[in-house]
Amino acid sequence: MLIAQNIGFAIIAAVMIVGAIRVVTTSNVVHGALWLVVVLAGAAAQYVLLAAEFVAVTQVLVYIGAVMVLFLFGTMLTRSRIGRDSGLNNTYRKLGIPVALALFAAMAIALVDSFGSEKMPTDGAIVNTQQISDQIFGPYLLPFWALSFVLLAAVIGAIVLARKD
Amino acid sequence: MFVNQFLILAAILFCIGVYGVIARKNGVMVLMAIELILNAVNLNLIAFSMRNGSVDGQTFALFVIAVAAAEVGVGLSLVLLIYRNRRTISLDDLSEMKG
Repeated sequence: MLIAQNIGFAIIAAVMIVGAIRVVTTSNVVHGALWLVVVLAGAAAQYVLLAAEFVAVTQVLVYIGAVMVLFLFGTMLTRSRIGRDSGLNNTYRKLGIPVALALFAAMAIALVDSFGSEKMPTDGAIVNTQQISDQIFGPYLLPFWALSFVLLAAVIGAIVLARKD
Repeated sequence: MFVNQFLILAAILFCIGVYGVIARKNGVMVLMAIELILNAVNLNLIAFSMRNGSVDGQTFALFVIAVAAAEVGVGLSLVLLIYRNRRTISLDDLSEMKG
């Protein structure tokens, strides 16, 4: 069981990393969006491995369903070139590589230092959807309301910004 | 399963996202890189939720997903507005605030 989980993790992680690198290096906006779908679906699969089914389903619905449609619409409405486009990158993009590597080194050192070879609990309490809803509509009710207002403001703001007048 | 395998995967995704934000000029591609960063954070939250056997991490992850959806909506409408006014979404061309 644990070996199967580890093999699953390794395959999904490799696919996610390849997809993420393609997202930031591809020279085609639509391909970038489709590679982003691969990364988001891989993240949903990792959530299932971590026994968070509800978040995984939400990830699929919201990200792969809604956010990707937004991205494709954004690509379409800004008339980005469908196909290869050499104007996607900055002149100084090579500067990003040492920044990202230094950031990763710092985070990896900190993570290995703090968690070492600590294992995930195998007999941990399984969180089910009912507990999540008890949390959201219990102690986190006020943030939930605030979030509703954020979404409302975002919807109205997007309409106001994108309206033609 | 180690705790670290998830955290390091999230760190790798985060750094790739940071590279994307630095390297990209197209507004839509920068937003995609920001999505990578937000997903790395979500992966961390879920991993810690399992490590601590607590529901809080999953609740936070749901909040992050909702905020990310709002952020993409507003961000893309901003990009659309920039395109409508300037006929380009190259972020290098937006230099009015330079003194």
